[in-house]
Formats: sequence, structure tokens, C-alpha cells
Amino acid sequence: MQGYIYPNEFELQWSLLIVLYPYITGLVAGAFILASLERVFNVKEVQPTYRLALLTALAFLLVAPLPLQGHLGHPERSYEIFLTPNRQSAMAMFGFVYAWYLAVVLLLEIWFDYRQDMVRWAEESHGARRWLYRVLTLGATDVSPGALKFDDAAGRWITIIGIPSAFLLHGYVGFIFGSVKANPWWSSVLMPVVFLFSAIVSGIALVLIIYMVTSLFRSRPVDMRCLDKLASFLFYAMIVDVSLEMLDFVHRLYESEESITILSQMIESRLFISLIVLQLVVGTVIPLGFLGVFSPALHRGLARGSDELRRLIYLMSAVLVEIGIFSIRWNVVIGGQLFSKSLRGLTVYKVELLGLEGLAVTIALMALPFIILWLLVKVLPPWEEGPVRVAQASM
Amino acid sequence: MNPDRRRFVEDALKACAAGCPLLLAVIRLPAAAAQGPAGESGYDATEHLYGMGIDIQKCIGCGRCVAACKAENDVPMDGHHFNTWVERYVIDENGDVTVDSPNGGFDGFPPPKTESQIRRSFFVPKLCNHCANPPCVQVCPVGATFSTPDGVVLVDDTYCIGCRYCIQACPYGARWFHPAKQVAAKCTLCYHRLVKGLVPACVEVCPTGARTFGEVEHRPTPLARFIRMNDVQVLKPHLNTKPKVYYANLDGEVR
Repeated sequence: MQGYIYPNEFELQWSLLIVLYPYITGLVAGAFILASLERVFNVKEVQPTYRLALLTALAFLLVAPLPLQGHLGHPERSYEIFLTPNRQSAMAMFGFVYAWYLAVVLLLEIWFDYRQDMVRWAEESHGARRWLYRVLTLGATDVSPGALKFDDAAGRWITIIGIPSAFLLHGYVGFIFGSVKANPWWSSVLMPVVFLFSAIVSGIALVLIIYMVTSLFRSRPVDMRCLDKLASFLFYAMIVDVSLEMLDFVHRLYESEESITILSQMIESRLFISLIVLQLVVGTVIPLGFLGVFSPALHRGLARGSDELRRLIYLMSAVLVEIGIFSIRWNVVIGGQLFSKSLRGLTVYKVELLGLEGLAVTIALMALPFIILWLLVKVLPPWEEGPVRVAQASM
Repeated sequence: MNPDRRRFVEDALKACAAGCPLLLAVIRLPAAAAQGPAGESGYDATEHLYGMGIDIQKCIGCGRCVAACKAENDVPMDGHHFNTWVERYVIDENGDVTVDSPNGGFDGFPPPKTESQIRRSFFVPKLCNHCANPPCVQVCPVGATFSTPDGVVLVDDTYCIGCRYCIQACPYGARWFHPAKQVAAKCTLCYHRLVKGLVPACVEVCPTGARTFGEVEHRPTPLARFIRMNDVQVLKPHLNTKPKVYYANLDGEVR
């Protein structure tokens, strides 16, 4: 502790689990927006990651409410958010935004995309698996060209609705922080936009990592055109994200409100490692430099490098980006509670190892989406081999 | 009419007659509940609008108010949970400000540690400002925290889900998380006392009369007089929370 903090500020109210929540929803929104590139904007190069991105978004979305639930003082009362929401509260909308995104956007899009495959898998497989696919088709087994055309059109429309929904999902998380006028570190109209673009960055990086690692495990060659495109999009999204963050930073510095002194002290001391080192240098400058030089984002790449080298650089950059985005979430959530609202002092946060809001639970919650994704991939293989995918009706 | 059928109709009519008052009672229940627990004792919340006045020059930092509040409201006795606390400001000859609140001022204050000459020093009692435009009420996702008709911000601890958004939204650090109940907690202006016509415990015990409790608007009460007779200020007015705790002789350094 340093300086003066209000006595009630000794205990940090939002801990590591609440860092995890915007991180995970960001990954969901980012992965979905990546998937929509292929579907709506016809970026054919990223087609190999389309279904993988959708399943990734679903796996992470299923886990997204768990850190929130785990953090509540009375999780058994959480259903009240649905029954008696306070319509003035930004947080009250969580349940509705979440349900809309899960049920209307993601599940429907995945269902329409997989329906014809599920019908075929139901015919080809036996026993429990056969029944599973039958149930998953919901009895819609018509695979006539007309029906498939409808699937495709429906999927496209859901994606078109899905893009603003993904923006809503994560922009809304940013709004939860950005609308707290009591907290000068959070209170910013840019917060939802910064959250959104950092979400896109983290989602692209995550799908890139998962695509490369799964290809490695499946001993399949990585589609370099796809990877180059992903790396380029990652670079562009990072440029926008960094620009917005710099704008926010310069704006605060230039306005120099009464909170500037304590916030500067906080950045120089408490947040030095997580903000300057991890977020800025490790998570932004280094990957941005590597992607700028080696990806075809800028004039077909400043230095081309072999496929092998580019793969290595992309993977490393994506991992660094994930560390950087996690640091952003940390710096927002924890940073916003490290200084006193009296603007006269700083407090400390020590992560506990065990316990409900500790490191162990956080790691478990972070591993859970990957386990869910593994199961989803088993049931709904996103790649074309195995049961061969029927050519799309529209093609 | 068949006797059995007649008996059935008679029974049904009797049941209806018996049920009607019950039904009416249920319909009238919300109206009764709105008056609060003291509805039976004739207390009408809509006839009041409460606030508090604090005269900085009168506060001697004895901490009696802090102790009385903890005892009255079942606040944990540790140094990190307070409905009300007292801050000490020490401004030295260079204009440097040192603020402290050891144990919330519960035990009073030791002599200030400063190497240079003290220009001025004063105590500032703090508590929930019972804002007319409360950000904590705005953000509560389930409506567990609310403003009463008499202007008091309360938490329904049987309803709070413990998300702590309200604690984040309060600009004054006036809310805390109850470690045993796992819900948000705060100053209630001793609501259980004021519906009986008593003043809050902190006001009751203050030996110098630094705290004044009463009606905010148009009434010949001590607070209305306090507001009339002093140049009063509220904390963090730029946030437009419209506090109902008014300070007289407040220094510009106080946040």
C-alpha cells in the first residue's frame, strides 16, 4: 500500500476470474468474426479455418459464464438476472446478450452448416453415434439441392446478423467497464471499441494457433495461403487496436485530468511489468514487427522467408499476442482497482494459488474450452477428410 | 337439483366467499410492503426525504461515530469494512497533503507524523452519500439495491447476488462486501432507527454535534437549518451523483 486508500478499498472486489471473463468472451467474438470473413466477405483463403473458428467460438462461449458464476457471492441467485433484470443496469443485459448469441447466432449457424454432413454421418455410422447424429439433425433430413441451398442462404444470413451480435457481445463487455464514471481508469467512451478490436486480434491469433497445432497433430500440411492471410488479418487488426489504444492514451495524457498523477504512478510501479513489458513490448511491438516484416500484409512481405520460417514466426507471434491481450484484460480489470478513488494512493493485488478465485481454478477454466473443443471436433469434424464433405449446393 | 350437486355448489360458493378477502389481501400486499416494516407503526416513507449535514470544523476525530456504527449495524470489527469512517487531512507548510484513517478512525488518531510545520489539519467523517442519482443503484443487475421513497439507498441482502458491481460504481468507497453474508453492504442511515423516529447511531453519539440529521427539503428541521446557515458542499459534485450528505467548511483537498 502506498499513500491513502479508502478503508473499504483494501480488498480488491474483482479478481483473476473477472480478468478471465472478458478474455474468453473476446476470444469468442474474435473467432466468430474471423469465421464470418469467409462466409460473408468471401475471403476464400481462410476457408480451412471456417468451421474450426465456429467450434472454437462455441467451446469458449460455453465456458464464458463460468468465471462470472464462480465469482458471485450468491451464485444460486444468479437466475434473478433473467427473472428480474434491472433494465438500467449494463450487467443485467449479460444473460440476454449471451443467450441471443449462443442460441440464435452460434448454434444455428453451426447447425445449418453441418446439417447435410450430419444427415450423411447418421446414415454412414452405427449404434450410439448414428443416434447422436439423428438427434442433432433435429429430424431435418432433407438434403435435396433446394434444401441445401436454403441451408447456405440461412447460414449466410445468420452470419450477417452474427457480426453485429459479436460486436454487441464484446462491445457490451467493454461498456460494463467503460460506463463506470467513478473509475477514471475505466471510464472511457473508447473502451467498448478497444475491447472489440483487441477481441478480434485475440480471436484471429487463437484460431491461427489452434489450426497450426491441430494440423501438426493430424500430420496434415498447413495451408500456407490460409496462414499468410490469417497473419495479414492479424497484422491489420493489431494496427487498428494499437491505434485506438494510443488514441486513448494520448487523449488521457493531453486532457491531464485530476486522476493523471495517480494513474501515471500506477503505470510506472504496479503495472510496469503487465502493461509496459507484457502488453506493449511482448504482446504488441515484437509480434507487430515480425508480422509486418514476414507476413504478406505489407506489399507481399518485406522479407519473404521460407514457409518453415514463416510458420514459426506466425505461431510465435500469435502466442505473444495472446499473452499481450491477456495482459490488456489484466491491466483493465486489476489496474482499475489498484488505485484509490480518493486518487491519493495505490493498493496491491496478490493472486492466490488455490481457492475459488485462485490461479489453479483460472488455469482449469482456461483449459476447459480446449477440452470442449476436442469433444466438439470429435463429434463434428471441421476438416474435410474422414467422412468426405458433400460439395455445397451453392458451389 | 341433485342433492350432491347442490352441496358441491354450496361448498364452492363458501370457498369463494372465504377466498375473496385472502385474494384482496394478496393484491394489497405490495402497497403495504412499500411502506416498509414500519408501515403498521404509522411511518409513511413518502412524507420524508432524509440527508445528513457534517460540519468539518466541529469534528474532533474521536471516532465515537465509527464505533457506534459498527456496534449498531453488525459491521465486522476489522479495519477494512466501514459504513462510516473518519479521515484526517494534514497539510504542511509546503502545501503537501497527507491523509490517513488508521482503523477507520475507530480508535481516534495518534499525533500526526510530519517533519515540517503543519499549516492546517482537520477531520472528515465519511459515509454513504445516499445520492439522489446513485450509480450503485443504476448498475445493480437484479435491483437488489434501491432508493427508498425517503431517500435512503439500501441493499436487500436476501436478494443481492454478490456481483460487486455496485462497489465498483460507488465513487466514494462507501460500499463493502460482507465477508459472512457474501453480499454488498453499506450505511443504511440506521433505517431501522429512523422509522422509529430516532436519529442514526453516529449522529446520536457525536459529542460535538458535528453530524446533523434530518429532512432535506422545506422543513423546519436541524438539517434544513444547517443547509440554510452554512455554505455547504458535496463530495465529487462533477460526477452528478447528487449526494445528500452536505459538508460545511469543507476543504478543497477533500475527495
